[in-house]
Amino acid sequence: MTSSTANISGSLRRTLAITLLCAVTVLTVLLYFVIRNYAAQIAQQSQDSILQASVTSMLDATKLREGVVEMDIPYVSFSMLNTATDDRVFYTVHQDDKVLSGYDDLQVPQMATDANIVFRSINYKDIPVRQATASRMLVGDGLRTQITASIAQTQDNLSVTLQRISRNAAVFGAGFFLLAALLSAWVVSSTIRPLKKLASSVTRRGPQDLSPVAMPVPTEMGSLVSSLNNFMSRLEKSLTQSEDFIAEAAHRVRTPIATVRSHAEITLQRVEKEENRQALKAMIRATDEASRAAGQLLDHAMVTFRAEQLEFQEFDLVALVEEIVLRLTPIAEMRYVELCLQGDATVMVSGDPILIQNAVRNLIDNALKYSPHESVATITVRSNPAPYVEVQDQGAGYPVQEMKQLTGRFSRGKNSHGTVGSGLGLTIAREVALAHNGELTIANTPQGGACATFSF
Amino acid sequence: MRYFLFLILVVGSPIVTAIEWEEQRIFKGANGGETLRVISSTDSSVFAPIIDSFLSAHPYLNIEYRVASSTGIYNEYRQSPDQYDLVISSAMDLQLKLVNDGYAFALDDVDHPEWAQWRQSLFGFTLEPASIVVNKSAFGNLPVPQSRQEMIEVLRANPDVFRGKIGTYDVRQSGLGYLFATQDARASDNYWRLMEIFGNLETRLYCCSGAMIEDLAQGRIAIAFNVLGSYAAARSDLAEKIEIVLPSDFPNIMMRTALIAKSTRRVRSAGLFLRYLVSSRWNDDAGQANTLPSLHLPSIKDKRSIIALEPGLMIFLDRLKRQSFIKEWENAVIH
Repeated sequence: MTSSTANISGSLRRTLAITLLCAVTVLTVLLYFVIRNYAAQIAQQSQDSILQASVTSMLDATKLREGVVEMDIPYVSFSMLNTATDDRVFYTVHQDDKVLSGYDDLQVPQMATDANIVFRSINYKDIPVRQATASRMLVGDGLRTQITASIAQTQDNLSVTLQRISRNAAVFGAGFFLLAALLSAWVVSSTIRPLKKLASSVTRRGPQDLSPVAMPVPTEMGSLVSSLNNFMSRLEKSLTQSEDFIAEAAHRVRTPIATVRSHAEITLQRVEKEENRQALKAMIRATDEASRAAGQLLDHAMVTFRAEQLEFQEFDLVALVEEIVLRLTPIAEMRYVELCLQGDATVMVSGDPILIQNAVRNLIDNALKYSPHESVATITVRSNPAPYVEVQDQGAGYPVQEMKQLTGRFSRGKNSHGTVGSGLGLTIAREVALAHNGELTIANTPQGGACATFSF
Repeated sequence: MRYFLFLILVVGSPIVTAIEWEEQRIFKGANGGETLRVISSTDSSVFAPIIDSFLSAHPYLNIEYRVASSTGIYNEYRQSPDQYDLVISSAMDLQLKLVNDGYAFALDDVDHPEWAQWRQSLFGFTLEPASIVVNKSAFGNLPVPQSRQEMIEVLRANPDVFRGKIGTYDVRQSGLGYLFATQDARASDNYWRLMEIFGNLETRLYCCSGAMIEDLAQGRIAIAFNVLGSYAAARSDLAEKIEIVLPSDFPNIMMRTALIAKSTRRVRSAGLFLRYLVSSRWNDDAGQANTLPSLHLPSIKDKRSIIALEPGLMIFLDRLKRQSFIKEWENAVIH
């Protein structure tokens, strides 16, 4: 079996993570600036509204008395402008175009006739200030005069506020980023999870399992999984077809081979010439081998078929093995091999008796084949620690270097020359064992014989 | 020691011309090199112990100390701001306006309470209440008034005793007097009632605390109203003759403030002196009664009676506002 590697380029998880992080970063930066901008506007508005209150209170304090403008600015006009950073305050009051009081050099903007108050940011004495200007018409004794009051305040407090807001916005943004990054990580892993589940469910499958994937998958993976299912069903069909074909072929050749063998045996009775007899004997051996191979191919096909629809039943393993031993004893005697059954009296197991019979027969068959004349093949059946059947011979044992490959299909040991066999015996036993969640282990005994253990 | 004393009883506003210094004194350090030019509204006799203790810690400096009225200092400094390194004045409003108009140098690292400084440029270093100071013998059996209201009652009841015997600042001359008067007027209508009575009793007007206290000590006047109690207390020789009353209805507490000139080239030395002033260490170093009360007066519990350093102070410096206030004051006090 070879494990194939995929051609990997990029990672969905990484692509998804990077995309999400980029989006989160952009959002965070955007959020920071939006908050800051908005807060700056509000901070400016609050300064403006205090300036407006102040300038309004100044205007309210002006009055005409006997044609002269009097102005009794309340204390609060300026004390309301007190800030934590002690911002500087400049003001000027104009009567029409003439400076009435305050700072002469503080410029006053042109007032539109319908404007209540004008705010602007200017530089006064080379410092940035926020200026609020409002005007009022005083009427009395045939005199109409326009009073314009203007207050300018430095923006130290505003910039301190802005700094604090920026800092808070930055902290807020960092928190948002962290939270969004965590959420992204969660989103990435939950998106990837069905893929991983599918991968692991496919990986965990047995080698024979070609059934369609039944677990629910998200829409996006639907076409992948249905393609996979489709592919597997085609594969299974093609496998079944080839197995069927092999079984059919084996079945078809068995009868002709038997016919050839019986004819060859009859002919052997008649032929006297030694070289002819040798040829016929070789022919008989070849037909035996072919017949056996066909039989094992059929066995294997049967095992494969039954293993898919395993029907479990309780039965006594010892009785089953006894029956096999009984049936194989004549063949064993022909080879001068003694079959010896030992172990527990009864071992109850749950499984498919036909499959297990097949497997055990193949194992004993192997033992007989590789046993030397006048030797003993020991079959042990026990229930502890788990039920098992052990078949041990006194032959040459398995070739050590090839032990791993021996249970593969059509694999035969190097020492098998001159022995009839197809190489399917161990494969069949192993597949039966696997179908029963058991295993087949092969080893060599210290005396050199082969030992195969079929355990549940 | 007094070099020049002026009793000004002149009616009319002063014209800003070349300043007339009340005092000019040079204090020399032991190894005096650099000279700090300080202008102040505080008499050198009161300030000398502070300067002496400063110079003993920093003997490489000299201090040129000039005294004028707070208004005089304000005008002089605005006219030639590069002639001086440090401005010390009791007129908080004028000082605040100097800072507001950009005439002060900001020191970022002075550890000073928020309420006693403005823009890290103007630093209050004393707390001096406006007081009613009375000559005990002049009162005889009459009760010494403990508040403005009580004073109104005493004066109304005994006009003949007190006619010509009351002294207060001429608010047109004295920046501090103007500050106290405006703060009083802001706080209560009683002020104008009191001024009416003062006017009826031919009140004497003074430019400076020193002169008023001197007259009080001599018995020329019986009551000095809104005078700096600290000046009176500094005259320990008068302790027997006078009584200092903090008006119980609402005291006005002034902070003597200092600022460093914007264009000074002696920032380090000026900074040293200013830090020394605000540290109140001179209070311990001088160790005598004959000095100013430091910022950490334990007797003042309510910070609200301290005149706040805030832009509102500039309101009464507005030309129109000042005009109308002075007009009203003249109408009340001067007949």
